[in-house]
Amino acid sequence: MTTLTLTHAKFSTLELFRIPIAVVGSAFWPAASMLAFVVPFAGDDPVASTFATVSMITFAVMNTNLFQYGIGVSEDRAQPWDPYVRTLPAGATPRFLGRILTGLLMMVFSLAPVVLIAALFTEATVSPAAFVGAIAVCALISVPFILMGLSIGYSLPQKAALVVAQILFLPLAFGGGLLTPPGGAPGFIETLAPFLPTGGAARLMWWVTVDGFPFDLKATLALLGWTVLFGIVAVWAYRRDEGRRFG
Amino acid sequence: MIHARAEGATKRYGSKLALDGVGLEVRRGELVGLLGPNGAGKSTLVTLLTGGRRPTAGRVELCGGDPRDPRNRRTLGVTPQETGLPASLRVGEVIDFVRSHFPDPLSRAELLDRFGLSDLVQRQTGGLSGGQKRRLAVALAFAGRPEIVFLDEPTTGLDVEARRDLWEAVRMFHAEGGTVVLTSHYLEEIEALAERVVVLADGRVLADDSVAAVRGLIKVSRVSITSPVQPTDFDLDGLVSFEQAGDRLHLLTPDADRMVRELIARDVPFRDLEVRPTSLEEAFLALTGSLTGKDL
Repeated sequence: MTTLTLTHAKFSTLELFRIPIAVVGSAFWPAASMLAFVVPFAGDDPVASTFATVSMITFAVMNTNLFQYGIGVSEDRAQPWDPYVRTLPAGATPRFLGRILTGLLMMVFSLAPVVLIAALFTEATVSPAAFVGAIAVCALISVPFILMGLSIGYSLPQKAALVVAQILFLPLAFGGGLLTPPGGAPGFIETLAPFLPTGGAARLMWWVTVDGFPFDLKATLALLGWTVLFGIVAVWAYRRDEGRRFG
Repeated sequence: MIHARAEGATKRYGSKLALDGVGLEVRRGELVGLLGPNGAGKSTLVTLLTGGRRPTAGRVELCGGDPRDPRNRRTLGVTPQETGLPASLRVGEVIDFVRSHFPDPLSRAELLDRFGLSDLVQRQTGGLSGGQKRRLAVALAFAGRPEIVFLDEPTTGLDVEARRDLWEAVRMFHAEGGTVVLTSHYLEEIEALAERVVVLADGRVLADDSVAAVRGLIKVSRVSITSPVQPTDFDLDGLVSFEQAGDRLHLLTPDADRMVRELIARDVPFRDLEVRPTSLEEAFLALTGSLTGKDL
């Protein structure tokens, strides 16, 4: 089972990296947002720029996974290779886990520039321990967004998946408080944010990286709930999916 | 022992009925050809039997269980559509990917060698020719040392030599006790390999018989004449169906010689006699028309 997971991960990673522009593309957007929004506005204030950098990382995690899986899986399902892979003697698990490993690797490539820019051009600081913690938490919070992307990718056709991902990502970012400093969002968002997957994820990230930011149990439990929910939806969607019906 | 089975298998896509209560039993060690024009339901039936889809009604079974359970697919080999091979991956990588799903696969070198792919191992599949892709697709079906394989048009578009090599590989597999289900819309391919032919048309089993019997059934010739009379005026023996364009008559019949004798014996006035074989598509059209008409 584990070897098969690695095989699936290797296979999709190879496929991804043979088209380097896709990797460059996903690294470009978070880096550009850092340079355009964080460096000029919050770069001089250590706390504000740490907050903002972490928000940007969370935003990139959500964005990358939502699009990579939501749209990527949906596109794959339209390819004639997909029905073939389904005839191989493996269930959903190795494919799922393989995709998740690939997604994590992809995120390293899209997040590394953000971290570099934060270190070089802003006053953002973290202790070495917090940095390691942030990497671990970053991997954890990507799980619900990967599963969310998979749910979309497996339940919707290509064009619908694109629209749904585009409709979801901005409210999720804004509603989760990623585009505003903590405490600086409109009141209803402050109330709502901890219970959205983005808000829960950002709070976990802030907790590891920003000194004195409290651990938010309610938000973490909500995030856990979302993870279980998206997991169930993703597996259900994969099982009922029969690929595209022609061919 | 039954290796693959469909019982009253029906598949509906929205309002379109792709399979209409198909019954099929493939015994272990058989080499069965699934023949039918495009859109007859061959791919749908194969998709149901290999676990890709669930029937709307009826039952399908593979190796004694539900084909959608991966455990029942451990001895299954299927050809992917050669247009669907992941273009950016190398031949060796695709082969290794497929091999890794099986408990006791053929070695990479043996598979490459058996299907003449050794020189291509480093090539990306997107850069292969149509024939090379086809060979890779067939090789993938055999990667996991299967006991039953479903081959979809395995040699269509291959040159004579490559085709003979592939046929040899399939025969060898069958000789060692393997079960083969071969789908094609070319009678020639099925004739070369299969012992038993199942003819599908409009989602139903039209015939299930030996190759010789089916060849007789679907061998239809077109006898064309220019004549002022209506063919319905004569009760012509062996007339399956006819087409009319002005005073040109096209008579479809399984036995062209007999039809010409009939025309002469019955004093049917005609000129410009022409006899041609029909394509499989035309033969099916004529047959499905006449068979469903006679409610066979």
